[in-house]
Amino acid sequence: MPTLGADMSVGTLMTWLKQPGETVARGDIIAVVHTDKADVEVEVFTNGVLERVLVEPGAEVPVGTVLAVIREDGAPAAPPSAAPAPAAPAAPAPAEAGAHIAISPSARHLAEELGVDPALIEGSGPGGRIQRKDVEAAAAAGEAAAAPPPAPPPAPPTGLAVEDRNAAMRRAIAAAMSRSKREIPHFYLGQTIHMSNAIAWLAQENLRRPVPERLLHGVLLLKAIALALREVPELNAVWQGEELVLREDINVGVAIALRGGGLVAPAIHRTDQLSMDELMHAFRDLVSRARSWSLRSSEMTDPTITVTSLGERGVETVFGVIFPPQVAIVGFGTLVERPWISEGQVLICPVVNASLSADHRVTDGHRASAFLAAIDRLLQEPDEL
Amino acid sequence: MTRDEITEAVLRALSDVAPEADPATLRPDVSLRDQLDIDSMDLLNFVIGIHEQVHVDIPEADYARLQTLDEVVDYLVGKTAS
Repeated sequence: MPTLGADMSVGTLMTWLKQPGETVARGDIIAVVHTDKADVEVEVFTNGVLERVLVEPGAEVPVGTVLAVIREDGAPAAPPSAAPAPAAPAAPAPAEAGAHIAISPSARHLAEELGVDPALIEGSGPGGRIQRKDVEAAAAAGEAAAAPPPAPPPAPPTGLAVEDRNAAMRRAIAAAMSRSKREIPHFYLGQTIHMSNAIAWLAQENLRRPVPERLLHGVLLLKAIALALREVPELNAVWQGEELVLREDINVGVAIALRGGGLVAPAIHRTDQLSMDELMHAFRDLVSRARSWSLRSSEMTDPTITVTSLGERGVETVFGVIFPPQVAIVGFGTLVERPWISEGQVLICPVVNASLSADHRVTDGHRASAFLAAIDRLLQEPDEL
Repeated sequence: MTRDEITEAVLRALSDVAPEADPATLRPDVSLRDQLDIDSMDLLNFVIGIHEQVHVDIPEADYARLQTLDEVVDYLVGKTAS
């Protein structure tokens, strides 16, 4: 059961999309799990055969529980094992099937020390055997789920029931935001960004594009943030344990309001490397799937920063709360015309207020302002985005 | 297309972006944004739906004129008649 949020402790296996014996490939969706925030599609990160499933649909299990065993290409078949975990109410013991995972004793010991579930680690040794360096990388990258907490989970959700999704989502948001405000020393910066160039460029682009290929100004903002992160990489990171862990990939999380209340902030992977068309396509797809509750596990776990915009509601400035373990959130207000003084003349210009909430443990005002300045500069040259 | 056919197509496009909405309760003279809580992504998807179903491309410059159901239908009736 992958961890799909800062305060997720349990999840419910809703359905298997692959059956034992079926071939799976990296990126395939094999199951859907229900969490307080969303129903999420579980991806696999290796090629092989789904050898057996260990959790039955309807079972609520702690984060870190092994859901299934995948035999990687070329690996020998594992011996038969116990029956799958039953459906609720009993939760199965987590990670018991770890005995069938190819891992060196030293790596296993380290995994226990670091609270990393070996089942969620991709091994780099012969035949996919997990080595110490894999465990260290997984712990650093946060790709592996933490071991389930010793304390019993809070009042269990109702498994397959989704009748009270909004209440469950509010609980999840409350937990994450309370943790954020409790643990993260936020500081806030704001900057007014002149948007004439960006808006003119966008209008011109959309005039020549067929309707289904039009762009929203949000993709300009997303791309500018992603490129600015290359200049201030310490904001593209997570805070783990007591240290900053820089992320190589820039995966901007997008706060998406759900119809009927609540929000999620899944990632657009490698945002900085996408063209405007690719980014718009990814953005549309993400919003559509978020609102139909079909996000993928990596989209929930991989954001390295979050962007939120409340401009459509007329809000001028957003003071965001960082989603842990991330270290920053960028907010945008409404695009609005304001007087703008340039070379002694007062002009009427479209502007937007950009804000940054950042973690003072990992950065300071000087670097954070460099980040906002980079976003501003990039938006003045939309052709270069 | 007749006005009724256009209205049906518009309601279908709206249902696609706001599936929880009941078309029967939509007030034709009240802002769609306010009634359906739609954002810019929904608006774009709605315009794409109109493009696919009514075969009219609505330029961005005209978005501001299309606040209510009546305004959208009137606009499309005018475009398909011309």
